[in-house]
Amino acid sequence: MEARTTTLANAPSLEERAYRIRRNALRMGEVQGQGYIAQALGVADVLAVSYFHALRYRPEDPYWKERDRFLLSIGHYAIALYSVLIEAGVIPAEELETYGTDDSRLPMSGMASYTPGMEISGGSLGLGLGIAVGMALGLKRKQSDRFVYNLMSDGELDEGPTWEAAMSAGHWTLDNLICLVDVNRMQADGPSTGVLNFEPLAPKWEAFGWHVQRVDGNDIPALVRAFDVARAPGEAKPRVIICDTKMAKGVPFLEARDRSHFLRVEQHEWAQAIKALDEGRKA
Amino acid sequence: MSRTKRAPWRGVAPATLDPNKPRLTTSAMIASLAAEGQRTSPAPFGRALVELGRTRPEIVGMTADLAKYTDLHVFAREYPDRFYQMGMAEQLLMLAAAGMAHEGFVPFVTTYAAFASRRTFDFISQGIAEEGLSVKICCALPGLTTGYGPSHQATEDIAIFRGMPDLTIIDPCDALDIEQAVPAIAAHDGPVYMRLLRGNVPLVLDEYDYSFELGKAKLLRDGTDALVISSGFMTMRALETAKLLEADRVSLAVLHVPTIKPLDTDTILREARRNGRLVIVAENHTVVGGLGEAVATAMLTAGVTPKFRQVALPDAFLDAGALPTLHDRYGISAEAMARTIRTWL
Repeated sequence: MEARTTTLANAPSLEERAYRIRRNALRMGEVQGQGYIAQALGVADVLAVSYFHALRYRPEDPYWKERDRFLLSIGHYAIALYSVLIEAGVIPAEELETYGTDDSRLPMSGMASYTPGMEISGGSLGLGLGIAVGMALGLKRKQSDRFVYNLMSDGELDEGPTWEAAMSAGHWTLDNLICLVDVNRMQADGPSTGVLNFEPLAPKWEAFGWHVQRVDGNDIPALVRAFDVARAPGEAKPRVIICDTKMAKGVPFLEARDRSHFLRVEQHEWAQAIKALDEGRKA
Repeated sequence: MSRTKRAPWRGVAPATLDPNKPRLTTSAMIASLAAEGQRTSPAPFGRALVELGRTRPEIVGMTADLAKYTDLHVFAREYPDRFYQMGMAEQLLMLAAAGMAHEGFVPFVTTYAAFASRRTFDFISQGIAEEGLSVKICCALPGLTTGYGPSHQATEDIAIFRGMPDLTIIDPCDALDIEQAVPAIAAHDGPVYMRLLRGNVPLVLDEYDYSFELGKAKLLRDGTDALVISSGFMTMRALETAKLLEADRVSLAVLHVPTIKPLDTDTILREARRNGRLVIVAENHTVVGGLGEAVATAMLTAGVTPKFRQVALPDAFLDAGALPTLHDRYGISAEAMARTIRTWL
């Protein structure tokens, strides 16, 4: 089976995909009463464009050799990746209810040994990009034309190994490596600008030898254009798409809530959140 | 002792040095452990990897700016397109090796033991070992094999790595051991940490009926007074010590344990159970957390309680200087070891 693409006549729109990803995430949050829900809602559009526009993969064969690799460096974003893997048909929808429970294949922090479609064990932050460099080198060695995507958070920009990897990818001119940086400006101890300021971001990546794009990570047409540019043959450089996203995007009352890394949602609010999301669903 | 106050300095001012005492010079970066006149074999790791590479195209070499100093340059020269110079970035080195292994390659990764153990522990643990990836981490300058001081002396590498689940740990003795270990660890499906001796490496074990087997301890010589259980080049020192003690009619058995983890407890217990012998664990490593403690645990757990001693490095940041001086100072030269054992018998 060829990659899923939006050219299928009856395929849901990317906006619909993003809505369903958010809904899956909220339902997981509702079942467990907790989860990294603000991040999942914020990054849903990036994941929708990744899995339903850009990536080549087979849902029934997550380790198909000809797949594009998608690394989740940010282990605690697992709830977001499970949501898209469910929507993509890699994980059965009914499994969603097991999120974060004993013996579930969907633990709170993503690990390759637990979940089909989870390429690496992220979580110890700053690991993904270095592994992506090795995979990109390996794919080139095998003369494969597949891409390695690494989804990382802006918090991981604090980690030294991220920049070792960035410099290495530039050195090896890894044009099969696409790094997605989710810039939601919120870390465990507060706003990123106060924890460790990483701006100006685009010039940093450029200086390390990368092709850089910076887009509104909740603007699906803009993301589609950016992914298309990143995947197009061009300069022999690794590609980064810096995605500015809004925490809790799609649920207005949560968007407005005090920004927090681990967003507190009361038990009765999950249903309200799903209702709010449903109301914002684009026809 | 607080080191925030610099004085007294660890070294000695020239005016107070004994002019009659000869002073050796700290060796350059490639220092051989071989004694003068000892038989050696050049770059056994590099040569073995070249040989293995002929039949195993999936093997690649990766380093962090230390190919020349880990003998990986021999492989790089033979297979330039299979060699990855990752720069002086050890954390990236381990992660990129993980990525390569994800894609089906078997990376042999080199750096110094101090950097692999202290600097990249999390990257090996989470990037490689937790995923069960077949990366072979081969590190020069294990224990006290350099006079550069604590920055380069990996006296605690085994203690650090023994705590990592699923990691196989190898501490070979000599050139023959290294040459045979290379294909063996490549054939093992999983992560391996191996201590390397580099350059002109002593050749000792060819005089014994020995071959390396992953996970197996081998009795090299038998003896009635004491059993030395040793790994790494301390097995060579134990064999030398045994010869020195023959003059005193002391009979020393030597059990070589090149695989620290998983430990060959069957063989170790079988030998340790033999009555009356003092059991000595000799290792090029701190007394904390290495082979000594592993053997002690195995024996106590099995109810085997011989008289037990360790020949190992102290739990301290060691001095800089010339290796022969330091090995004597810390009791791991053959002469020092023989002196110590005499006091125990």
